[in-house]
Amino acid sequence: MSLSMSVLIVIALSIVGYVLAPRRALRLVGGDRRKLASLPKQYGLSAGLSVFLPAMLIALLGGIGGVAGSVLPVIIVAVAIGACCLAILKSRPDFIARNSAETLIKAVLIAASGVAILTTIGIVMSLVFETANFFRDYSWTDFFFSTTWSPNFRGDSALGILPLLWGTLYISFIALAFAVPIGLFAAIYLSEYASPRMRSVAKPAIEILAGIPTIVYGLFALITVGPFLRDYFAAPLGLEQSASSVMTAGLVMGVMLIPFVSSLSDDIINAVPQAMRDGSFGLGATKSETIRQVVIPAALPGIVGAVLLAASRAIGETMIVVLGAGAAASMSLNPFEAMTTVTVKIVSQLTGDTDFASPETLVAFALALTLFVITLGLNVVALFIVRKYREQYE
Amino acid sequence: MSTEDTIKISAKNVQVHYDDTHAIKDVNVEIADKAVTAFIGPSGCGKSTFLRCINRMNDTIDICRVTGEILIDGEDIYDKRVDPVQLRAKVGMVFQKPNPFPKSIYDNVAYGPRIHGLANSKSELDDIVENALRRSAIWDEVKDRLQAPGTGLSGGQQQRLCIARAVATEPQVLLMDEPCSSLDPIATVQVEELIDDLRKSYCVVIVTHSMHQAARVSQKTAFFHLGNLVEFGDTDKIFTNPEDPRTESYISGRIG
Repeated sequence: MSLSMSVLIVIALSIVGYVLAPRRALRLVGGDRRKLASLPKQYGLSAGLSVFLPAMLIALLGGIGGVAGSVLPVIIVAVAIGACCLAILKSRPDFIARNSAETLIKAVLIAASGVAILTTIGIVMSLVFETANFFRDYSWTDFFFSTTWSPNFRGDSALGILPLLWGTLYISFIALAFAVPIGLFAAIYLSEYASPRMRSVAKPAIEILAGIPTIVYGLFALITVGPFLRDYFAAPLGLEQSASSVMTAGLVMGVMLIPFVSSLSDDIINAVPQAMRDGSFGLGATKSETIRQVVIPAALPGIVGAVLLAASRAIGETMIVVLGAGAAASMSLNPFEAMTTVTVKIVSQLTGDTDFASPETLVAFALALTLFVITLGLNVVALFIVRKYREQYE
Repeated sequence: MSTEDTIKISAKNVQVHYDDTHAIKDVNVEIADKAVTAFIGPSGCGKSTFLRCINRMNDTIDICRVTGEILIDGEDIYDKRVDPVQLRAKVGMVFQKPNPFPKSIYDNVAYGPRIHGLANSKSELDDIVENALRRSAIWDEVKDRLQAPGTGLSGGQQQRLCIARAVATEPQVLLMDEPCSSLDPIATVQVEELIDDLRKSYCVVIVTHSMHQAARVSQKTAFFHLGNLVEFGDTDKIFTNPEDPRTESYISGRIG
């Protein structure tokens, strides 16, 4: 018996419990539902969940605990059958199934949030273990402080993160420098100046940008923005001849981030109470004075949160960088030079013929963990800022 | 009670429409300077709407249309040449719910003077802030924590801070839209004493739901009902010997 078969059996038994438990309770009172302690469907819900949940818990624990593949499905089915019989037997008229169902529903909800948290922990653990393997073969000082990135699958690679980190931060900086003012100004226009009709058209139009797959942005960077920047800016200025550049990737990524900044900021600006604006207008302030000195400061924590969220997106972005900025690791200030980022190098170290024991491959996990720590740090900062200033207005 | 005879605000045939709703119907009223005038009436009678006409706050509502004329010192404030923003610096407003900005107490009061460039130096601004807070009877409570956020004060203190904020821009008229409705009785007494004091320098117009409050603080009272100005006159007379039967029934608690 396979594991998936046993799961199907558990689901079938849950349905059996769901159908039979209320029938039994009803039969015991001669079909008069008013004599039951709870509604018939609550008997069903309670029985169905009390079969499904323990069996699934056993499956999960057994899976993690490494119980043999041949034994586990048998245990799961046995538990389910036992629970099913017990649930049907318990289904008597004086059994308060309503409360039991309530408890079980709470268990379902806890399980759902547990899955999300456990997954995060799982991801971090896998990264940590592989990173530990990497640092057994490669010195961590070289990884964090070396300025050369030249992996060589025949061995003897230089795997310094600094050029990649520099590329990531440089491109993210350009992207944010482009997206934050434009997104914020767009949000201010939409929430403070635009008529309701204009808003109903413009807001979804901006949000369409968020729905474009990043590979499409990448193509846009590759065939339109890159050559344009090269022919009209980089070449005339004598800076660089390459179509792939930090600037290309940064600008296109900035366009991608505009809806993140504008949509969130717009919601936050709208949440500033009208009383604040009235107070300012009542003192003889103009609209822009009111926005600059009252509305924006009141909305600032939320706006900072939006910007940091956009920053996390920028740091993690891969596709636009591959197509827009190239794959050459370098540390340069020239914005028209090709550069690459951490994420791009993670992809390139793990594609092709890979041997999961060599530092050239394992470095990807160290890179990923570093990136994870950086974005996590940004999120923590964002949360902190938002919490600290949240109660500024009621 | 004595009232001065100088007329500060005079409204002629004022009509207000919200889309199809006729909110204010042909109101004519003359409001005296250096006195408190109270607008009373049941909810939805138009008293707040009329108050908001006096500093053109209704301009910020798209669907609102005002016709007729309102003169302040003989000048029509709905004239095309009048800038509503400049007007509001001259006609201060205090709202129903205290709405201090999420800034420090000092910055709240300094907001108006800074916008309008009323101070040449930091020390002048300090003086303006201190004076405004003193005039609003809140200086002693906040003088040691001027940099603390204004939102951290109690409701009554917040409302007096908002009054200080309005006073700091040196307005000539002070409009108050139910300034005590969200305050407890003790804070209400403090604000009422303050209003009585402010009357010496300003033309104060107050909208209130409480008839007792109108009787306590005002010299003139206007009774609004269904968008009409039903009766206007000395507060004493309105409350003791009203002419219109509607005023009489409102005051005795039969309508409203």
